[in-house]
Amino acid sequence: MEILGMGFVAFFMLLGSFLGRLLGQFIGTGGDVGGVGLAMLFMVLTVNYLENRGFNFKTRTENGIRFLSALYIPIIVAMAARLNVVGAVRGGAVAILAGGVTTIGAMFLVPLLSKLNKN
Amino acid sequence: MFANAVNSFAGADHLIISIALVALIMFVTKKISIMMGEERIASALAIITGLVLAYIGGRVTGGSSGLADVSIFGGAGIGLLGGSMLRDYTIISTAYGVKLKNLKKAGPVGVISLLVGVTFSFVVGSIIAVILGYTDPAVVTTIGAGAVTFIVGPVTGTALGVSSEIIAISVAAGLVKSILTMIITPFIAGLVGLDNPTSAMVYGGLIGTTSGVAGGLAATDPELVPYGAMTATFYTGLGTLVAPSIGFIIVRALLT
Repeated sequence: MEILGMGFVAFFMLLGSFLGRLLGQFIGTGGDVGGVGLAMLFMVLTVNYLENRGFNFKTRTENGIRFLSALYIPIIVAMAARLNVVGAVRGGAVAILAGGVTTIGAMFLVPLLSKLNKN
Repeated sequence: MFANAVNSFAGADHLIISIALVALIMFVTKKISIMMGEERIASALAIITGLVLAYIGGRVTGGSSGLADVSIFGGAGIGLLGGSMLRDYTIISTAYGVKLKNLKKAGPVGVISLLVGVTFSFVVGSIIAVILGYTDPAVVTTIGAGAVTFIVGPVTGTALGVSSEIIAISVAAGLVKSILTMIITPFIAGLVGLDNPTSAMVYGGLIGTTSGVAGGLAATDPELVPYGAMTATFYTGLGTLVAPSIGFIIVRALLT
């Protein structure tokens, strides 16, 4: 059933959120450090482990997960719609330059670092 | 009578109204991109539309949450739909398609890109702050932290006790980075070889702002989203750890 797929993802999000907060306490910054990344990591490990054991989700359960993935871009659009874009523009030259130069610079580091993996 | 009906209508179901709005945006931008013969940019167009609406919402209401300050979208409306809870929930679901071997191959270089990404952003942001005349170490550190992400900035600024105006600038710098990333990634992806799990993880580690990386990859190739998101989600944590501590110590040493 679709809800089982949604519950499956929910479980890993909550697991990651808890572990991320443990990590936040451990390194002293508090808050959730990398909770989403940990959730994804554990989900990938679990799904791959289950697949190696020949266990596959029923289509309807998988549809629950696919439904969430399909909602992803619309939610990013909604997220964009609530950003303080006026604040960004009003931040003036230093904000636009600091944010802009960093972004463009980092983009051109992508091919550089990706090559590290070629050897 | 009609007015009362409209008022009570506008006061209810803000989440559903927001869903309807986003559906409309997705529909219109899909049609426009097909007409332009470049269907691939539909998501980028939709995200840009979201940003434009946020700007309009901000100007009309003077608030700091874009469209979420407009009453009909307020409360549990666009704020909930676009909030980090649902954003994280759906990002995590995209990990369902990730292959373990891609992770193992890209893991180490992903970690390196995280360290390089946070350092690079902080250094460039701080240098620009100094060039534009800021000399107080706490202020320069906060602006440098803003160039890391729009979360690391205010966390650092609060920790160092700078004025709220500087914190606003650091948030603005992070927002510029996030917005710019969302807009230019689809167009620059080919140029920087952003077309495989490894480069997506490196991109996530270098750019790091979860919303920017998520939006940029979603508009470029949804398959790459989980790889980029995986490194990006550690970026803010690393930034909040490094910027107010090591970052500040180094900036203070250099500036005094």
